[in-house]
Amino acid sequence: MPTPDAPALLEAVGLHGAYGESKVLHGLDFVVDQGGVTALLGANGAGKTTTLRAICGMIRTAGEIRFNGARIDGRATDAIARLGIAHVPDGRGTFMELTVAENLRLGAYARRDKAGVAADFARMFGYFPTLRERLRQQAGTLSGGEQQMLAIARALLLHPKLLLLDEPSFGLAPRIVRDIFTIMQRIVQEEGVGVLVVEQNASLALAIADRAYLLETGRIVMAGPAADIRRDEAVRRSYLGY
Amino acid sequence: MNGLLHQLVSGIASGGIYASVALALVMIYQATHHVNFAQGEMAMFSTYIALTLIEAGVPYWGAFVITVAVSFVIGAAIQRVLMNPMANAPVLASVGIFIGLLLMFNSVAGWLFTYTLKPFPSPFGEGPPLFGGFVSRHELGSTIVTLIVLLTVWAFFRFTRLGLAMRAAAFNPVSSRLVGIPVGSMLALGWGLAAAIGAVAGMMIAPVVFLDPNMMSGVLLYAFAGALLGGITNPLGAVVGGFMVGVIENIGGAYIVGTELKLTLALVIIVVVLVVRPAGLFGKTVVNRV
Ligand SMILES: Nc1ncnc2c1ncn2[C@@H]1O[C@H](COP(=O)(O)OP(=O)(O)OP(=O)(O)O)[C@@H](O)[C@H]1O
Ligand SMILES: [Mg+2]
Repeated sequence: MPTPDAPALLEAVGLHGAYGESKVLHGLDFVVDQGGVTALLGANGAGKTTTLRAICGMIRTAGEIRFNGARIDGRATDAIARLGIAHVPDGRGTFMELTVAENLRLGAYARRDKAGVAADFARMFGYFPTLRERLRQQAGTLSGGEQQMLAIARALLLHPKLLLLDEPSFGLAPRIVRDIFTIMQRIVQEEGVGVLVVEQNASLALAIADRAYLLETGRIVMAGPAADIRRDEAVRRSYLGY
Repeated sequence: MNGLLHQLVSGIASGGIYASVALALVMIYQATHHVNFAQGEMAMFSTYIALTLIEAGVPYWGAFVITVAVSFVIGAAIQRVLMNPMANAPVLASVGIFIGLLLMFNSVAGWLFTYTLKPFPSPFGEGPPLFGGFVSRHELGSTIVTLIVLLTVWAFFRFTRLGLAMRAAAFNPVSSRLVGIPVGSMLALGWGLAAAIGAVAGMMIAPVVFLDPNMMSGVLLYAFAGALLGGITNPLGAVVGGFMVGVIENIGGAYIVGTELKLTLALVIIVVVLVVRPAGLFGKTVVNRV
């Protein structure tokens, strides 16, 4: 648990975001703590993906985004990544033409500590043994689940302080989803990163999150400890289905 | 028989030039999905820089190195100043920029250096032909230089962190930024490298064809045919295609169509490839799962 007056790992204040002229985010306030999982929930088109893009400077934003207390809004996406923010984007962002090994090396592009990178490669193969067997394979030929594993491994090889995950369960078989979420829990415990996870599968996300936000058409309509949100009647009916 | 062998060797020598320029074209094409029609004129301009340095008394290889470096800077600057702001512009706007560049380099060269043909020195000496007389010193030397350039570029892209980052930035700029790669700088480096490769090609062909502002227009056409033949999405294929076009051009020119109609062969290759096999001989169709 962070000390009370230490800044949150990530804090957004009055965050607006737009694609060209079309405004999508209308003043979001949220925080992500170090060593914790924060879930961002909402229906299709609510603005979840857009929120992650706003954090990474991939779209035009207004308002404040602070990372470890320092403003990052307005900075270039690659500079934000080098600060230690890894993003598993919508659609997984695989470098299709390159090999699995090259995809992983790109994940560690921003790092100079060779020994640390080598150790992290070994750790990723511990989490995802299939990746080791497919190192020389063209990444575009991996299955959807394998590409998701590759995307997560690529993001972790940045040695991030903050990990943004956009629908890690998307398109995956339930068993693979469970595997990936188990691994993610291990990663949070073992690596002490902060995670902001976007999920359609709300029950899954609320099971591993300690804080959650509910997004509706670009506004946060509910925020609080994940346990409370899980118990909320309205959320249960609309998003959890029981 | 000896004549055929000689045509084959000359074909390989000029094929190396086409292969270099084809590689430069493919590098830009992979990053921008446009063919840089000005690649040849940029190489021609670089060759004038080399000639100016040599005439000012700089030793050949010194002039060579300075020319490659200056060309790199010019190429990178073109990307930063002209192409970068055009990143999201419609296709025709980019084509307009390329043609504008072509005309600009051509007319500035004509204005600065005049349109008269100028001899350009070969660093490999004038002596008699080698190996029983069917390969000239310049053919052998320029082929070696070309092979060194091609191998160095291949090793750079294959084995270095920067080379990998440049390939990633060309294929997938969005994901590249997310892992911390400054994509704009990578594209500028790519343009610089392409211009540097073109400069070497220009300096290697100039002793054969003489230097004038239109020296590279034919070369660009052969190189483009080579890139298409090998596969415009495959750098290695484009290089092989460049060599093949060199051989086809020389042998076809000597025995089939005659030297006057040689350039038509390039057009024939371009049309045939586009109709029969648009991906080229070695063009890889990337398997993408969605
Ligand atoms: N590139 C874009 N250009 C213009 N509008 C966009 C773009 N991407 C998303 N939008 C719009 O922004 C809104 C929010 O989209 P966003 O992708 O953030 O939703 P989401 O919550 O991630 O939905 P989903 O659960 O379907 O992934 C939508 O109305 C969408 O149409
Ligand atoms: Mg989304």
